[in-house]
Amino acid sequence: MTDPILNVRNLTVDIPIGAGTLHAVRGIDFELNRGETLCIVGESGSGKSLTSLAIMGLLGKRLQVRADVLEFEGRDLRSMPPREMRALRGDRMAMIFQEPMTSLNPAYTIGDQLCEALRLHRKVSKAEAMTRAADLLGKVGITAAESRLRQFPHQLSGGLRQRVMIAMALMCEPDLIIADEPTTALDVTIQAQILRLLADLKREMNMALILVTHDLGVVARIADKVAVMYAGEIVESGSAKAIFDAPAHPYTRGLLNCIPVPGKTKPGEPLGSIPGIVPSLIGTVSGCAFRSRCELAVEACATTVPERSASGEHMYRCFHEPLKSEVA
Amino acid sequence: MTSTPAQTAESIVALSPGAMLRRRAFGHYGLLFGLAVLGLVFAAALFAPLLAEHSPYTQNLAARMKPPFWMAGADPSHLLGTDQLGRDYLARLLYGARISLLIGIVTAVISGLIGTTLGVAAGYFGGKVDLAVTFLINVRLAMPVVLVALAIVALFGGSLQIVILVLGFLLWDRFAVVMRSSVMQIRGLEYVNAARAIGCTTPRILLSEIMPNVVNNLIVVMTLEMAHAILLEAALSFLGLGVQPPTPSWGLMISEGKEMMLFQPWLITIPGIALFLLVLAINLLGDGLRDVTAPEAKG
Amino acid sequence: MLAFALKRLGLAVLVTITVSVISFSLLHLSGDPATAIAGENATEADIAAINEQYGFDRPLAEQYADWLWNAVQGDFGQSYYFKLPVAQLISDRLSVTMTLGVCAISFALLTAVPLGVLAAIRPNSLIDRVALFISVAGQAMPSFWFGLIMIVVFSIKFRLLPPSGSETWQHFIMPTIVLGYYAMPAIMRLTRAGMLEVLNADYIRTARAKGAGAARVLFKHALRNAIVPVVSLAAVQMGFMLGGSIVVESIFALHGAGYLAWESIGRHDLPTVQALILIFSCFYILFTLLSDLANAWLDPRIRVG
Repeated sequence: MTDPILNVRNLTVDIPIGAGTLHAVRGIDFELNRGETLCIVGESGSGKSLTSLAIMGLLGKRLQVRADVLEFEGRDLRSMPPREMRALRGDRMAMIFQEPMTSLNPAYTIGDQLCEALRLHRKVSKAEAMTRAADLLGKVGITAAESRLRQFPHQLSGGLRQRVMIAMALMCEPDLIIADEPTTALDVTIQAQILRLLADLKREMNMALILVTHDLGVVARIADKVAVMYAGEIVESGSAKAIFDAPAHPYTRGLLNCIPVPGKTKPGEPLGSIPGIVPSLIGTVSGCAFRSRCELAVEACATTVPERSASGEHMYRCFHEPLKSEVA
Repeated sequence: MTSTPAQTAESIVALSPGAMLRRRAFGHYGLLFGLAVLGLVFAAALFAPLLAEHSPYTQNLAARMKPPFWMAGADPSHLLGTDQLGRDYLARLLYGARISLLIGIVTAVISGLIGTTLGVAAGYFGGKVDLAVTFLINVRLAMPVVLVALAIVALFGGSLQIVILVLGFLLWDRFAVVMRSSVMQIRGLEYVNAARAIGCTTPRILLSEIMPNVVNNLIVVMTLEMAHAILLEAALSFLGLGVQPPTPSWGLMISEGKEMMLFQPWLITIPGIALFLLVLAINLLGDGLRDVTAPEAKG
Repeated sequence: MLAFALKRLGLAVLVTITVSVISFSLLHLSGDPATAIAGENATEADIAAINEQYGFDRPLAEQYADWLWNAVQGDFGQSYYFKLPVAQLISDRLSVTMTLGVCAISFALLTAVPLGVLAAIRPNSLIDRVALFISVAGQAMPSFWFGLIMIVVFSIKFRLLPPSGSETWQHFIMPTIVLGYYAMPAIMRLTRAGMLEVLNADYIRTARAKGAGAARVLFKHALRNAIVPVVSLAAVQMGFMLGGSIVVESIFALHGAGYLAWESIGRHDLPTVQALILIFSCFYILFTLLSDLANAWLDPRIRVG
C-alpha cells in the first residue's frame, strides 16, 4: 500500500474580520493517492476554494491556516519555508483556476507564460522550453501550436485559454493538480471537452487530481472519490459510486434531488431545492451547520455531531441512519 | 472569494445614505483639516479690517524691515513685521487672503460655467457637438497656459480683473473633460431613458436627472481649479505680470521680498506658507469630498 | 492602422493651427506693435514707416497667412528686440529647456514610481501615508517659492549648489527638482492605484501558483501592467513642463526657451512670443502622440488584433 500523495487532517482556515473571526474551513480531513481523482463538492461559501488555496499555500498572511496534518508526498507543508514552498508550487503541485479570461497576464505571449512555468523550476533554455510548450499545447488539443505561442491571451477564446492554463499546469509534470471550478466559466459544450481532457491527461501522466466544483454532473463524470462540503466542513465523503448510489447525509440527498434526471423526473414537476441559507460562521459555531435547513433536525443536532461510517470508507456527519429509500 | 450569505446579510442592516455620509465625513481627517483651514482663511479675509491695526498700503519708511514677533528686534505694533516700504506685514497677509480667495472663487466660477456648459453639451448631445467640444478642449490643452496668460496680461496691462478674466477663460478644460465623461456615463443609464420615454424635455432631463448626479464631481473639480487658479495668479504676480503693486497679492509679496530673502527671510516665508496652507486646505477638501461621496473611486 | 495615424496627425495639425490663430489674434489685437518696435519717442512718421515696412496696416488675416506660410518653412521672422532671426534665437535656447525637461520628468519618475509601488504593497502603512503626504504637499507648494527656498538653503546657507546660470550639470540640479516635483504627485497616485488594482488581478495569483517569487511577481507581472497609464501620463506631463519652465528658468537664470519667452513678453517682442507659443504647443502635441504610441506599444490589447 503506497503512501497517500496528499494527507490532510483537521485543516482549518480562519479569517479575522471586523465582527470577529470567520471560521471558513472547520476541520477538513481527506487523503489522496497517486492517480486518484477527488472531487470536492459544495455551494458558494462552503470553503472549498479556500481549501485548495490553503493546500497550495496561496492564501494571504491575514488568513490563518492550521492543520494537524498537512503533508504532500510526505513533506510537512505547515512549517515549510516559503522558498521551498515556491519550489513545490508549479513543479510538483499545480493549480488551475476558475476564470480563464483573467488568469493570464495580458502583457506577455502565451509562449512566454508557458515557458516561465517550466523555467522557474528547471534549468532549460528558452528554446527547449518553447518546444515543450508546443508539445503540451498539442496535448491539450490546441492546433497550430507554433503560432499560438506567439499570440497574446486576448486573442484566444475562453475555452482555448483554459486549455492553455491546463498546459501551463502540466509543464513540469506535477504529481498533483488542483482544479478550482475549471469549467464553471465556460460554455456547456466546452465543459465536456475540458473535463474529458483532464481525465485523459490524468490517466496518461498518472497524476492525482483534486477537482473543486459545485456541479454534480461534473462529479459523476470524473470522480473516484467525493467529499461534500457544507459551511466549512466535510459532511460526507467516500467513493463516487457509494455517494451517488446511497447518499447518507441529508444535504447530499438534497443536492442530488435538485438535479433533473431525463426519464425519471416528470415534466411539470417542481425541481427539488433546499430552503434556507448558510448560517454565519463568525464566532463560535456549534452543532450541525445544516440543521436550520434540514427536515430531519432534532434537538441533539445542536450538540457536537458524530462522524459515522455508512459502510467502509463512506463516512458522513449526522445522527440519523442513512435512509434506504431510492433517490432520484 | 465569493461573499458568504452571512456577509451579504450584514450589509442589509447598513445605515441610511445620509448617515453614512456624515459618518464618513467626520472620520475623514483630511476633509476636516481642509475645512478648518479654509474657514480660518475665510475668516481672516472677511475680518481683515478688524484684525489688522494698520492698512496694508500705508508706508512707514522709518519702520522698514521690522522682523516678526518671534525674532529679536521686533516691533510690538507690527506682529508680523514690516516689508521694505514699512508696510505692516500682518495687514498685507490678511488682505492678501482676500485677493487669493477672490481670485480662486471667481476664476473657478467663470471657468466652471464655461467648462460645464461645454462638457455637459458634449456629453449629452454627442455627435457633432461632442466633436466640436473635444476639438476645443484639445486646442486649449495644447496651449501653454502660463505663456499665453503672461502674454495677454503683458499686452492688456496687469490688474486683478484682467488676471481673473484671463484665468477664467483658460482654466475650463478640466471642467469640460470631467463633466463630459460624467454626463456620458449617466446618459446611458436606465432612468434617463425612462425619463425620456415619459416625455421629459431635454432641459428638464438635464436639470432633474443628470445634474444631481454630476454635482459631486463638479464640486471636486471646482476645488481643484480654485487651487490651480490661486497658484497661477501667485506665479503671474511673482513674475511681475499679474496683480500690480501696491495690491497685497501673496505672490507679489514674495517677488518683492526676494531681493532681501537672505537677511529678511520672513518676507518670503510668511506669504509662501500662507499660499501653501491655503492650497493644501483646498486640495484636502476636494480630495475629502471625493472620498466621502464616492469611496469606491478611492485607490 | 495607417488611416488612424493619419487622422490623428491631421487633427494635430489642425489643433496647432488653431492655437497659432488664437495667439496671433490676441497678440496683434492688443495695442500697437509699431509702437513696441519704435519705442516711446517715436514720431507719427516713424510709426507710419514701420507700419508699412512690417505690413501692420494690412488686414489681420493676411498678416497671419503670411506668417503661417513663412513659419512652415522655418522662418519665424525677426525679433523686434534682438534684430536676429527668431528661429535662430529659439534654437540656441531650446536645448537648455529640453535638457531641463528630460531631467525633470526622469526625476519625477524615479522618485514617484518606487514610492507608488511601495505604497501599494503596504496600503495604509506608514510608507503609504508618507507617500500620500508628499504627494498632497507637493501639489500645494508654489514652484517659485520652492525654488527660492532651495536657493536660500542650498546656495546661500550651505553653498552646495550654484544659484543661477547653466554652465555645469550642477546648475541643473535644483531647477530639475523644482520643475519635476510638481509632476510627482500625479505619477505616484497613478502608480499606486494601478498597482493596487493589478495586484488583485487573477493573473498575479496564477504567477504565484507557478512558483514565482515576490520580486518577479511585483516587477515582471504587476508593474509591467500597472505602468502603462503612467507612461502616458509622464509624456503629457512633459508637455506641461515646457510651460512650467518659464517660472523655473527665470528664477534660476537658465537661458532656455522659457526664459526667452518671459523676456520677450516683457519686451513686447511679438514674433518671438508667437513663435514660442507655436513651438510649445507643437511639443505638447508631439508628446501626446508619443504617449499614445507608448500606450499601444506597452499594451498588446491595443497593438494587436
